[in-house]
Amino acid sequence: MDLSLYFTRQDLWGILPEIVLLVGALIILSIELFARSQRAAMLGVGILSLVIAGGFASKNFGSSFILFQGMVTLNDYSTFFDLLYMTAGIVTMVISYNYLERKGGETRGEYFALILFATMGMMLMTRGNDLVIIFLGMELLSLSLYVLVGFLRHDVFSNESAIKYLLLGAFATGFFLFGAVLVYGTTGTTNFQHIASAITNNEILSDTLLSLGIGLLLVGFAFKVALVPFHMWSPDVYQGAPTSVTAFLCTAPKAAGFGALLKVFLVAFPALHADWQDLLWALALLTMIVGNISALVQTNVKRMLAFSSVTHAGYLCIGILVLNEMGVSAILFYLLVYSVMNLGAFGIISLLEKEEKGVNFKDYEGLASKHPWLSASLALFMLSLAGFPPTAGFVAKYTLFSSAISEGYIWLIIIAILNTLVSVYYYVRLIVNMYMRTSEETLVPFLHPLLSVVIFILAISIMFFGVLPGWLIDTVTQAARIYT
Amino acid sequence: MIGLIPFFPLLGFLINGLGGKRISERMSGIIASVVVGLSFIVAITLFGEFLKIGTPLEQTLFTWIAVGKFTVSFSYVLDSLSLVMVLVITGVGLLIHIFSIGYMKGDPGIQRYFSYLNLFTFMMLTLVMSDNFLAMFLGWEGVGLCSYLLIGFWFEDPVKAAAGKKAFIVNRIGDFGFLLAMFLIFSRFGSLKFMDVLIPQQIAQIPIEIVTAITLLLFLGATGKSAQIPLHIWLPDAMAGPTPVSALIHAATMVTAGVYLIARCGILFAASEITMSVIAVIGILTAFFAATIALTETDIKKVLAYSTISQLGFMFAAVGVGAFAAGIFHLMTHAFFKGLLFLAAGSVIHGMSGEQNMLKMGGLKQKMPTTYWTMLAGVAAISGLPLLSGFFSKDEILWNVYSSQFGGNILFGIGLFTAAMTAFYMFRLFFMTFHGDRRWSKEVSPHESPKIMTIPLIMLAVLSVVGGFIGIPESWGGHNFFHQFLQKSTQDATGYITHQYSSGLLLSENILMILSIVAAIGGLLLAYRFYVQRPDIPGKISKSLSIAYKLVSGKYFIDELYGLLFVRPLRNGSELFLKKFDISVIDGIANGSGKVMLVLGNKLRRIQTGVMQNYAAVIFLGVISIIFYLYLK
Repeated sequence: MDLSLYFTRQDLWGILPEIVLLVGALIILSIELFARSQRAAMLGVGILSLVIAGGFASKNFGSSFILFQGMVTLNDYSTFFDLLYMTAGIVTMVISYNYLERKGGETRGEYFALILFATMGMMLMTRGNDLVIIFLGMELLSLSLYVLVGFLRHDVFSNESAIKYLLLGAFATGFFLFGAVLVYGTTGTTNFQHIASAITNNEILSDTLLSLGIGLLLVGFAFKVALVPFHMWSPDVYQGAPTSVTAFLCTAPKAAGFGALLKVFLVAFPALHADWQDLLWALALLTMIVGNISALVQTNVKRMLAFSSVTHAGYLCIGILVLNEMGVSAILFYLLVYSVMNLGAFGIISLLEKEEKGVNFKDYEGLASKHPWLSASLALFMLSLAGFPPTAGFVAKYTLFSSAISEGYIWLIIIAILNTLVSVYYYVRLIVNMYMRTSEETLVPFLHPLLSVVIFILAISIMFFGVLPGWLIDTVTQAARIYT
Repeated sequence: MIGLIPFFPLLGFLINGLGGKRISERMSGIIASVVVGLSFIVAITLFGEFLKIGTPLEQTLFTWIAVGKFTVSFSYVLDSLSLVMVLVITGVGLLIHIFSIGYMKGDPGIQRYFSYLNLFTFMMLTLVMSDNFLAMFLGWEGVGLCSYLLIGFWFEDPVKAAAGKKAFIVNRIGDFGFLLAMFLIFSRFGSLKFMDVLIPQQIAQIPIEIVTAITLLLFLGATGKSAQIPLHIWLPDAMAGPTPVSALIHAATMVTAGVYLIARCGILFAASEITMSVIAVIGILTAFFAATIALTETDIKKVLAYSTISQLGFMFAAVGVGAFAAGIFHLMTHAFFKGLLFLAAGSVIHGMSGEQNMLKMGGLKQKMPTTYWTMLAGVAAISGLPLLSGFFSKDEILWNVYSSQFGGNILFGIGLFTAAMTAFYMFRLFFMTFHGDRRWSKEVSPHESPKIMTIPLIMLAVLSVVGGFIGIPESWGGHNFFHQFLQKSTQDATGYITHQYSSGLLLSENILMILSIVAAIGGLLLAYRFYVQRPDIPGKISKSLSIAYKLVSGKYFIDELYGLLFVRPLRNGSELFLKKFDISVIDGIANGSGKVMLVLGNKLRRIQTGVMQNYAAVIFLGVISIIFYLYLK
């Protein structure tokens, strides 16, 4: 059989990062086979394979390839996301070390392997140039996440949230697939460029069915990135999942969801933007408001952050509406900063957690006097989430909102700013608890040196990208050229 | 070189903030004061240089944000306006830092205190020295945050922590205005640099409605920060913080940021007549109402707080009628005498072991002579007694309010009456504290404060007395150095306004001055009669005017009104949301997943199925409505 009919050497080079991750995952699973509880070794292999894959992926920066007959495209856009996922993966692995044991579980090899599989899935989502590939990536990601969420097998909440996530996820996937089918049926192709040209060349069989297809695809994505009213799974799942998994769940997959959403809607359906613009406008509005108001009344920090991440998804939708490269680059910047802040916040929460304690606002009282550095970092992440200058969160919000203002979305931005102001309340509440309350018992963090270093780096980069965002802005501006 | 001014306090913040308890109590105060002192020295040096060369000094540190054609660099600029502000912030700030060493002695969190104070100084300097709106906003938010941290500094007391929260929330409303104005400015002008935006030809091309919207939004930001009606409610509560903080942040510097903002953007504001009139009216009304509340307050710091709101009202009235230089002049003299008054009040409170109620003071003159005499200087200055600093600055404002096209007789009348009230309530405070019977309990033994506290008092007293001489009005044949100096910054704005002196003015500047002297002395004499000669009169009056008295001493019940109108509905709304939506819709019958954590056992299975159906149902509803929408389209 002549394989070169199906793929070329260049294709294989292109997916080398995925291959590395796959090999890494298999090695981890084999270690498990021969020697149990080799946690350090498995962690090492996991991180190493992410680093190597990242190294290969970053070599693509500045060039672009079309692979597998247009199924996959490699460009700065996809590379940006590749590196984002890998960073999130590494941080997650570091956070996870020891965490599951503290919660009475066991760190099995599957855990690290699943993170690698999830990363592969996400990479396919933003590298894919075809609805089928996007779907494949999404499923690979989702299946890994379902298992990770339920990884604390003895913990009833972890199990509950995994089942919820699985069932609702399957439900939403159905809509996505149906949408893809309608698009294929009306345009005769699943390739983005071909869809776009079919639309502009008036080769559509039925406009109604096509716009229905777009609507259903939007539903599928809206579920993945938790837009209201498709967000309901997220607070439960974020809260029930092991915190290390939550850190991963609310950062990289959300970035992947937005990455794929952007690509599909801006590359395949830009000509039909009148169809989906109003829908997205309404979703953005609902998501911001509902997420924010719900976050106000939470007593559980993880749940608060879950609603906060719903709110942030609402802000990000505004960026899609901008419909130009400025909007895309603002989204990329925002996604990266958002991931760093949340990884940091969840990372700190995970190391403060002990049995039932460490997840409620009240538990954080008086933390600052005992653990000033840790509290200062957490406070920094909160201020950045709230969008205070000079943190990176401010620059992210600023570039996002100003790109929308210049496209005339003044009312949406007024509402977004009002929401930002309200959101300060629940972020600062945590700071108030740490700094302005005292308590007999304070939480005892489980710090290991690697984790301290990672949290320190995350905190520093929040400050760094807030004060000197130039380099990152240049990078995302380059990465925002998805049309090529 | 310019960058050094904000750099030193930042350094101090880092040392004290990161050093924490490793730095001794004494050392932390010294470090904090020295860094501000260094900034002051640099500022003085640059002031000399500025006088010599006469053009603004600039320094660009780095490019902050660059997206496409939009670039904002982090650069500092010193022109005459920002120089005045910088000198006030570092000069008065230095004295207050030194005073704090004595005042905060023995406080366990003193390192934290000084690190916040230095951070505040850095942020405030950034606010007044940046050359664009965005970096200014950084300072704007930063001072708000520091103010919040310092108000709640003694957080063991829940009332005080709540006060911090109130200040925070009210300021966010103002920030909303600032942010939105900033976006509008960028979308219209294509830049956020003052130099690009504040050009008359540029502004003339923008539709007047947009200019009005931008300036009104900026003014909303200013009302929040500078405690003007209707966002004034936070400042009296902010007195919960340590007294030197009240002196520095809530009297001398941060609260004047709104006035600075308007003076800085004078050209923009002057382009919109509506905005100018709004500012002038709000300013005078704030001055008036705050003064009436101060008449009945018995807490010494609260009197000063309302007096600050009132004086800020005067400043807004000044900038509102286009007299930007007069507003900044009063800002400066106010920083002297109000900083002094707060510190002197702090010295009294310190000597009285924390007592703030004036009804429990009296007869402190002999016990605290230095505080007595310095406070007298401050009280006389704020009352506008002739030749003191407050006299010149307030008089200039009243004259401008009277003569400007945006002012008029009515505003002037209210202003003059307010000036009389000011003299009355300030001398009331003075007499109640230092004269009359000794009303303190036996356990308290009032004593004069240590030198480290009285020396800053004396220096501020000197400034309060002589500070006005740099702005002697020209109708006295003076040169008004201050005006000349500031014109380098504000001349464009004042020229743009074409200050029309209404032709048929009845009064000349000098006659007006006599009127205001009469008002000040009248207020003084009335206070003397009421609180020294016949202390029984005030009680009788408050009885015979009981409704008016209640209204005033209840601060017009504005807090209660806001509670009724906004706070409670919002809280109820979000609770309703939690109860009705989050729990019953989202999480199924009475058991939110939040509660799942608590409610274990056999209920769990039931909840799970209930929840799942609800979730799926909502998703389905969402899908149906999307399909419906797409069909109808």
